[in-house]
Amino acid sequence: MKAAGKILFLGLLAIFMAAPLVVVAGVSINGTQRMNFPPQDPSFVWYGTFFSDPAWMSAFSLSLIVAVLAALVSVSIALPIAYAIWKYKSRLALILESLARISFLLPSIVLSIVFLVFWSAIGHVGRIEDTILSHAVVFVALPLATIGMGFRSVDMALIEVARTMGARESDVLRTVIRPIVLPYIVSGLVFVFILSLNVYIIAYMVAGFEVETLPIKVFNNLRMGFQPTMCVGAVLFMLLGVFAFSAVAAIGDLPKLLGGVSRR
Amino acid sequence: MTALHLRLGVLLSWPMVALLGLGAVPFVLLLRISVARHDPNGIALSGLTLHAYGALTEPELLGALLDSIRLAVIVGAVSVGLGYPLTWAIARMRRRLQVAWLVFLLATLSLSDVLIAFSWQVMLSKRIGLSNLFVALGLMDGPESLTPSAGAVVACLVYLVLPFTVLTLFPVFSRLDLDLIQAARTLGASPLRAFLSVVVPMTKGPAMIAFVMAMVLTVGAYVPPLVLGRPQSWPMAVLIGSTALAGHDLPRASAMSVFLLAATVLLAFVAFQATRMRVRNS
Repeated sequence: MKAAGKILFLGLLAIFMAAPLVVVAGVSINGTQRMNFPPQDPSFVWYGTFFSDPAWMSAFSLSLIVAVLAALVSVSIALPIAYAIWKYKSRLALILESLARISFLLPSIVLSIVFLVFWSAIGHVGRIEDTILSHAVVFVALPLATIGMGFRSVDMALIEVARTMGARESDVLRTVIRPIVLPYIVSGLVFVFILSLNVYIIAYMVAGFEVETLPIKVFNNLRMGFQPTMCVGAVLFMLLGVFAFSAVAAIGDLPKLLGGVSRR
Repeated sequence: MTALHLRLGVLLSWPMVALLGLGAVPFVLLLRISVARHDPNGIALSGLTLHAYGALTEPELLGALLDSIRLAVIVGAVSVGLGYPLTWAIARMRRRLQVAWLVFLLATLSLSDVLIAFSWQVMLSKRIGLSNLFVALGLMDGPESLTPSAGAVVACLVYLVLPFTVLTLFPVFSRLDLDLIQAARTLGASPLRAFLSVVVPMTKGPAMIAFVMAMVLTVGAYVPPLVLGRPQSWPMAVLIGSTALAGHDLPRASAMSVFLLAATVLLAFVAFQATRMRVRNS
């Protein structure tokens, strides 16, 4: 009885979480221009349209470029902070960590106004680097959390052993610490990459007219009416998300990377 | 010691530049703009006026703030109410199933709120939406559009927030020592009593963090209430967006943002205070 209730609860939640994905995927393979679900005359015709339309392809590749670079910049900010906290218990690094956490915990509409004001005030408007840097700073808290977890998971005894056996500081860093922390860095990268892909309001306020990422283009199109092509973009993002996190799960221990313990 | 400071300085120089330059400075600018005079042609860093804050006494804005807070509390409660048992279940699953659930939840993060709001709109539409299913089940007389409505906004926001709730709760549930529960049971506690005296105290803190995070995400959400909500109950986020985009009134949008932020901080403070009080009482 209890088990049945649990399965029902999990099943309903799975349906709830899967429903929008199923709808978007279904609409994307409609054979007709109208929005139909379940799809009628299923075909991949809209995928062809998407890939041959320069406007959609440009929005898609812009999104990818922004997300990849934002992830790299974000990790480049997080890694030194996490290292300084772990290695030196640096107070400055702890202050920077709280600053990163506060930025992440501001409501996104407030952040979007903050960045709109900032980029207009310094007169640097509508550039792709504005979008990249804004995303990178907003999400620093995530790689900071995962990489910090990675450093804390390093067994001090291992370092002792390496030193006793004559390893220099740089050797320890390279041969002991790096392999342990690397999966956590990758998961931090993936988190920023995925979240940066889906940001609408910040990207729009920062440089929405010039740097039209996929969510911005979809939103602009929604106002003009429905087009099946926009669901194609959504499906591609979805596949990207599944692929990215499956890759993380494959190279590392996902439950552990998320701060839990691994189970058999 | 100075050598260490030097090394730290070099190590942390880029993070410091980035976080101060793109975090702290822009925030101070927001405060500055909120008391600057309005320049319709762009941005003016001159003048000192509380004019923009005067707008906050308008009943329309106060109503929108209340709508924001109400929505935040509802979405927070529903997300934690669903996320708490869900995370408990995920933490107890066999490894392969657990990883599958985690990847599934994380993958939903790759969809923009624009796309999620759009698919809820489709699911709740008259022609092909859920109401047709309800009609088939005999729950409704005829198909109708279920948007715009408060329920649609809540459903969409819970969808967006739930992965974050699970991510916040997962570490503590995963590390929860089941032996403690077993011990409580051996000592004669009922399952409910064991849950209340072992699991609840250990997970209360993270649950409150998840609740506050859900509230912050809700308060900041712009697209879902705009697309799925009724215009008369549009929350602050939508009004801030339209003030900045359509009205081009940056001082006013900034003042509204400061106001919304203050309300959010207060809300988070009250929530944390409430948990701490209960800890002391028990």
